[in-house]
This record gives sequence, C-alpha cells and structure tokens, in this order.
Amino acid sequence: MNTVYQKRIDREPSSIRIGLIPIFSVMIGSMLVLFIPYIASMPLLPPLGLMMLIAWRLIRPGLWPIWIGFPLGLFDDIFSGQPFGSAAFLWSLVMIFIEIMDNRFLWRGFWQDWLIAAVSIMLALIGGLLINNIIADAGNLTILLPQIILSIFLYPLVLRIVAWLDRKRLTT
Amino acid sequence: MAPPDKRRPGFSRKAQYKIFTGYLVAFLGAFGGLFLLAISYLDPAAFSAIRHGAADLTRPVTEFFTAARSTGQKGSSEVSAYFDAASKNAAMQRELEQSRTQLIEARALKQENERLRSLLGLVEEEGEPVAIARLISSTSSSTRRFATLGAGRSQGVEAGQPVREQRGLIGRVLSTGINTSRVLLLTDTNNVVPVKRASDGTVAFAEGRGDGLLNIRLINIGANDVKPGDIFVTSGNGGLYSPNIPVAIVDSLANDGAVGRPLSDPAAADFVVVQPIYQPELVPEAQGGEAGDEASGDDTEGGQ
Repeated sequence: MNTVYQKRIDREPSSIRIGLIPIFSVMIGSMLVLFIPYIASMPLLPPLGLMMLIAWRLIRPGLWPIWIGFPLGLFDDIFSGQPFGSAAFLWSLVMIFIEIMDNRFLWRGFWQDWLIAAVSIMLALIGGLLINNIIADAGNLTILLPQIILSIFLYPLVLRIVAWLDRKRLTT
Repeated sequence: MAPPDKRRPGFSRKAQYKIFTGYLVAFLGAFGGLFLLAISYLDPAAFSAIRHGAADLTRPVTEFFTAARSTGQKGSSEVSAYFDAASKNAAMQRELEQSRTQLIEARALKQENERLRSLLGLVEEEGEPVAIARLISSTSSSTRRFATLGAGRSQGVEAGQPVREQRGLIGRVLSTGINTSRVLLLTDTNNVVPVKRASDGTVAFAEGRGDGLLNIRLINIGANDVKPGDIFVTSGNGGLYSPNIPVAIVDSLANDGAVGRPLSDPAAADFVVVQPIYQPELVPEAQGGEAGDEASGDDTEGGQ
C-alpha cells in the first residue's frame, strides 16, 4: 500500500492534539487583539475568544465540562481590558446558559444554534458594559450596538474556522 | 441530529452525580469570577502585574505587527495621493499663500509675547519628551478604551504622564510595566481633560463618551456660544497636561456644551510622544482645587 495511506488509515491523532487545539484556539481568539495592529477609539472588534468558545461548545457538546468558561475567561481577562474577573464570571454564565438551552431544545439546526450564539454574545457584551458601569461609568448601551451586530454576523465565519480546526484535530 | 439526552442518564448514580458536579463547579466558577470582580473593584491595581507581564511578554510579536501597520498605511496613502493630485495641488497652493501671511503675523505675535513675558519675568519651560514610542495594541472588545504603549518603566515612563502625537492629545499613562505601559485614551469615559477654546480661552471639560467622540462641557453653563468647528486645546489647569495641546474640534451642539471629535487619531499615529507631567508654576494658588479633583479621579481608574 502507498505509504501516504499507511500513515492515515487506522491511526488516531495524539490525544494532546485532540485536547489542546480547542483550548489554544479559544486562547488565541482572546489574544487576537494583540495581533490586530489597530488602535480603536471605540469598542468595535468582536469578542473572538468568546465566539470561539461558543462555536466549540455548539459543535462538540461533550468536549468540555460546563465549568470551562471560568479558566478560559480568566485568560481572556488578561487581555480584554475589562476589570479582572469579568470574563470569568460572564463566560461561566454563558456556558451554563448554553447547557440549559442544550437540554431544553434537543432538535436544533444551524439557525437555532446561531440564535443561541447571538443571545450569548449579546448577554456577555451587555454584561461587560454593566460591570464597567458599576466600577467606572462607561456610557450607555447604544455604544455597544455596532459591536453586537458585527459579532452576530461574524459568528458563522468563526463557526467555519472552528469546524475546520475540528477536522484538522481529528484526522491524521 | 438530536444529541443524546444527557438530562436522564438512566439509573447510574455515578452518571447522575457527574452531571450535578458539573453544574456545581460551573456555578462555583461564576462566583469565583464575581469574587475576582469584587477584588478588582476594591483594589483596581490588584491584577495589573499579570497584565503588564503578559504585555511585556507579547511585546515583540505586537511590535512586529505594528510596524507592518505603519508601512501598509504609508503605501496606501501614497497610492491614493495620485488620484486627486491636480486639484489637491491647487488647493494647497491657495492654502500656502494664506498661511504665509498668517505665519508672518504669528512671528510678530510670538516676538511680542516673548517681550511681554520677559517683562513679567516668566520663563515657560517646554518639557523634554520622556519617551517616543509606538502604540502597539488596544483593548478592542471591551467598552473601556486603553492602548498599550511600547515603552515602560525602563524608558522612564511613569503613571500620569500625558501622551500626544503631532496632531493632538491621545491620553495619559495609567500604569507601567517594564517595557510596556497602559494608556487611557482620550475617548475613554473616565478620561476628563480640562480644555479651553483656542480662540478666546473659554474654559471647559472634555469627557470621553466611549464611542470615539468627546463631550465638551462648558464651565460657564449659561452662555453656550460654541459653534461647530471651534477648536479646543488643553488649558493646563490642574496640572498633568501641559497647555495648548490640541484636543478636539466641535462637531455638533448639545444642551450644556458640545460634542467634539478628537483631533488626534491613535490608529493613524506612527509614533507618539510621552511628555513629563506638567506642573503649573506660574499661578499655583489658583489651581489647587482642580488638582485635587484630578488626583481623586486617578484613584477610581487605576489599573483597570
């Protein structure tokens, strides 16, 4: 048999790769702020770390325990500029919310998943603003509108990237 | 495809406990987040060490991308300059004629100014820049507006120092790491800058709105004679910002002042200048009260 196929048939990718690709992809999503060399004078860029997390959660329901939002949120807090603990709190809530939705609505398709993701993103962004308002006055909800719309419409693209990563993760 | 029903894992006690523990740990995580939030509420500088550590570590990567940004911008602006070269040239000629006469007037005024100052015995010191560096990244998804500057403690940057570019004020340094520091941008909702109108010195405050614009609040509320196009510069009141740094141009009017656009553009600035903290020496008595306000404002914002 061809050596190319010998390498691919009946082989499992290493468990490190299976486990780490999802986590690293979310962490890179959180850090992407550093690689986009744009100094934004208003909040516009979508919360890519959170969107990656939601996409992984909806594509692979059993991949992570429910509490995964906490550690990944802590990492996001380092780079997001929110008060420390904000993402750890909000991402935990988002994961619980998706878990409840997962149990309640068993028959879902792409559109329903998108709706769940949109609601989650919206809750997280508005929650972030409210937390900022408690600690320091950070303006009203209207400044979030462009960011929320952009994030919701960018979600399918993130989903695509996650699906591609998932394929790379599981095939040798 | 319907996923397997995880709510009823059958009669297995172990499976039931596992689901329960998952929820329990998730809620504990949420409370842990709340706890950390409480800490950062009580002590805003509590976690800044972690953040500055991370910023210092990632600085080489970020600087690489920032360098790519400035070359890209130069290229695109050079290409676009060809399209309307002729009309632009004519307009620039006209502008040059005008500014030549204005320049001569300004020179005369400057001389007169110097003469009057020397009569009064005042010497104004223009502070030497502390550091010249690039803004290497910014918070983008959060509603707070911070940028990371590619210079820190080891370059002599300290918290409170104003940051500006050629066109105008960008913000001020909030906290410093070893080779990076955090800059509170002008448009952040917590940044308040004492300003005056460039034309007649009407005193006001410029406050960030969080959406890229500034609220300009006049101190003398009754007489709102601000017009769109008015330019506001720092007044130097209360220290911190040295006077006459351009801040904003008025866009539209509001009830108690106006809405302005910042004159500086941190996204387009190639290099920014960190200036020393300005200490008004000319009339220290008159500015004591406002200096106190500035200091209390610092406490609530530090390190977030």
